[in-house]
Amino acid sequence: MNEYGSKKYIIYLIMVLAAAFFLIPLYVMLATSFKPFAEASMQTMWNLPSYISFDGILEAYARLFPQLRNSIILVVPATLISAILGSINGYILSEWQFKGSDTIFALILFGMFIPYQSILVPLVRFLQSIGLYGSLQGLIFVHIIYGLPITTLMFRNYYSDVPSALTEAAQVDGAGILKTYRHIFLPISIPAFVVVFIWQYTNIWNEFLFAVTLTSQPSQQPITVALNNLAGSQVVQWNVQMSGALLTALPTLIVYIIFGRYFIKGMLSGSVKG
Amino acid sequence: MKYKTKEKLISVGLLSPTIIGLGIFVYGFIWRTIRISTIDWNNITNMLRGIENFVGLDNFRNIFTSTRFITGLWNNIFFLIFFIIGSLTIGITLSVFLNDKPKGHFIFQNIYLFPMAISFVVTGTVWRWIFAPGTEDFPRGINLLLTNIGLENLRWGWFTSTEGIGLFNFALIAVIVAAIWQFSGYTMAMWLAGLRGIPEQLIEAARIDGASKWQIFSKILFPMQKAITLSAVILLAHIALKAFDLVYVMTGSGPRNVTDIPAVFMFETTFRSNRYSDGAAIALVLLVLVGVLIIPYLVHSFREDS
Amino acid sequence: MRKIGLLAIFLSLALVFGTAGIAEANEVEIFSWWTAGGEEDALLELIDVFEENYPEYEVINSAVAGGAGAQAKAVMITRMVGGNPPDSFQVHGGAELMYTYVEPELMRPLNDLLEEWGYMDNFNEEILEMSTHDGNIYSIPLNVHRSNVLWYNVDMLEEHGLEAPESFDEMFEVFDALQNEGVTPLALGDMNRWPALHLFETYLAATLGPENYNALWEGEVGFDHPGVTEALELLDRTIDYVNTDHASLDWQGAAELLVEEQAVFTVMGDWAEGYFRSVDWEPNEDYGWTTVPGTEGNFMVITDTFGLPVGAPNPEGAEAWLETVASVEGQDAFNPVKGSIPARLDADRDQYNVYLQSSMDDFSEDALTPSIAHGSAAPEALMSSFEDVINEFITDRDIETTQEQLDQAASEYF
Repeated sequence: MNEYGSKKYIIYLIMVLAAAFFLIPLYVMLATSFKPFAEASMQTMWNLPSYISFDGILEAYARLFPQLRNSIILVVPATLISAILGSINGYILSEWQFKGSDTIFALILFGMFIPYQSILVPLVRFLQSIGLYGSLQGLIFVHIIYGLPITTLMFRNYYSDVPSALTEAAQVDGAGILKTYRHIFLPISIPAFVVVFIWQYTNIWNEFLFAVTLTSQPSQQPITVALNNLAGSQVVQWNVQMSGALLTALPTLIVYIIFGRYFIKGMLSGSVKG
Repeated sequence: MKYKTKEKLISVGLLSPTIIGLGIFVYGFIWRTIRISTIDWNNITNMLRGIENFVGLDNFRNIFTSTRFITGLWNNIFFLIFFIIGSLTIGITLSVFLNDKPKGHFIFQNIYLFPMAISFVVTGTVWRWIFAPGTEDFPRGINLLLTNIGLENLRWGWFTSTEGIGLFNFALIAVIVAAIWQFSGYTMAMWLAGLRGIPEQLIEAARIDGASKWQIFSKILFPMQKAITLSAVILLAHIALKAFDLVYVMTGSGPRNVTDIPAVFMFETTFRSNRYSDGAAIALVLLVLVGVLIIPYLVHSFREDS
Repeated sequence: MRKIGLLAIFLSLALVFGTAGIAEANEVEIFSWWTAGGEEDALLELIDVFEENYPEYEVINSAVAGGAGAQAKAVMITRMVGGNPPDSFQVHGGAELMYTYVEPELMRPLNDLLEEWGYMDNFNEEILEMSTHDGNIYSIPLNVHRSNVLWYNVDMLEEHGLEAPESFDEMFEVFDALQNEGVTPLALGDMNRWPALHLFETYLAATLGPENYNALWEGEVGFDHPGVTEALELLDRTIDYVNTDHASLDWQGAAELLVEEQAVFTVMGDWAEGYFRSVDWEPNEDYGWTTVPGTEGNFMVITDTFGLPVGAPNPEGAEAWLETVASVEGQDAFNPVKGSIPARLDADRDQYNVYLQSSMDDFSEDALTPSIAHGSAAPEALMSSFEDVINEFITDRDIETTQEQLDQAASEYF
């Protein structure tokens, strides 16, 4: 057991070193956020603020807060709908394969690689033709569609690790596609949903290119557009920028902490019983 | 396995919203991009008036004769390889450690995950500051830290360096580190979610049989997590090819294009130079590159299923 | 969990469809890239003047950061192509306006309006010329920035017993003297590429003179001209005096080197003055300025203008906005805050600081040369090819090849 104990210390050491690596940039951001403008620069990045200034935080808050509601309206349905559709797709593609289903999966997957910058113009024209250009609804729609390849991939590969005995048993019991999904697959999917939620939520929350080109008026724009606008085109106030980034990240961090708990609970017990 | 026709219909029915949506938003637009890449929309007038003169492969010739594009393509390939290896190594290691639920694991888990939460526009800036070399007399960022602990000799030009081995530019190292920082936490989360699905009895049984930690990892955990690891690889590859924000904000395309990638070149070609057709050609080359990457994955997964 | 999910979907859908925006008749949408700091304050001043004079209208300020080269431009183009122009938008006078917007017939001529307001003769003629195509004026110039300015740290120069140079010979003497004492003479931050081109174009203007420089962009003088060689030689010499980490800095980082006393000079447009003031530097006490050697009597110009796109949803509102932009009142409200000088010649001098007053004097007398690094002289495609060529030159320093590349790139357009 002694050898086991010293290994434990090494593991801890690695974990702490990794944490330090992850936290160094956070230190720079936090220190810069609380500096007055004249001190907030690359030159003095390692220094602590000479005094705590709230200028950056307050200005960033005032400029970002009005767009917060738009971002929430955007991210909640887009994340949920794309995750649910992805879960159903993944379930069918891994458990109910039919002739051509692998090709369909390949084609869905390929969709995630489309370079968004190159399709902006046809996208704008298409959204306009269906009357969704310039509105949050249009943005939600686009995020759902372009989220599907990733959510489908993640669920399909998660389900492909589920023993096929489970599905077969359900079939013997006479359960159809939807019943098997609801009673067997949905309950064991929670860890997968957590990873997918985290991914979709983070990406949609931070996405900028679609946000700025598909909505034009501030009343419809999410928070990333306001965050980007903090920079202006000439003099950049780094304290406001860094504060803005931290404020914008707060809701995401809260989501991580809430969903992160599901990792710990360990959801497998469900499937073993099921 | 044989299914009834009814079940097949339900299957297709459930997939149809996705098929229709992606049919329009991916394949319709790819088709459009293919068309644009073969016409003369390299000035905004033609584009706005819808004048479409077929020019064959001229636009592809334009981009393949551009040294900037070729350099960027190689940069992107190296970036992709090292970024995926780095993120997987760190992410998987951390997830295995966390899976044992050591003290404070919840806090560690959130620390590892948090970089992903922050807008890339700002993390790019922070990493630029960290890796900015400064000058001999006024070192900055990491170079300043190295100076302070007496390791002046290790100071280096980081992302402004134009050194390299063969086609690999050392300047990319800084960008790769920043990208790993941002995404290894998510790789960890994906693996952790999968590990939670492996019955503890299985591991316990192996342990009783005298299996070492490494054996448990390589013989049990890793094979069981194959599908999830592949998801992670695809996801990271897609990030690497679209690392537009990070490169654009952190380093720009660099001296002699040492940190350029096609996504940045494409954006500038399309929206700065108004060379829309050249931009479309770059997009298609990127897509073909993806095809080359994805096909091995699909072959692999087909083999596994059959 | 599922129930909560469903509830969330319903709630958010209800919110979404309850808030679809309806454009109102009296709204005027103004697009610009002035989103922060002094630029935004200046824009808000201008909007105040507009809403005071035209209380029937309300401005929607849909500004997007990123300037002409980046996101703001991508947004404008997709909006134009999609047929959703704003009522009025910011655009650099000169090539950017002509090649991107006027040539595809996206803009409405404004001559009748200028005449109706009686403002036709109040503008600097050459500035108005930059908004003109075939006798039609397509945008209203609001402000003017100068790009051929050599800024310096006054104390550092005094400390070394040196004076601001007036010729290239003097400049390199001063640079040598500083370098011998271990001080970086010139700060450059060319991470975003254009600052290197910016430096080069001021040298071009110096070696060619304003007439030949302007003739470059008409295709009357080629890039094989010996003046271009000379400018490249000067740039090549200059690189030896530049901070070694230039590729990791943006222009603001380079200006900061002056403030931090790590470098003495920098060549940058006069928006740098806005930065110096924002860190509480005083003109002539902390920072000094002179023209880049060889360019005195030569005003290298960048002008922000506003135009009226065809298909603007509220053209009457846009006309009222443009009248405000063109008025002395509007220009004097905007420019002192922005740190630029008015495009009109009859503005109230007293409202401007000492640097801007000196710039106003030069502006009324000097020959104007449009900037290429900021999209005024040449089409943007050429501008970005030039950026790439000069970027390579900074590392490889091959004068002959570079000149050939410049010539070849330019030959596609002129």
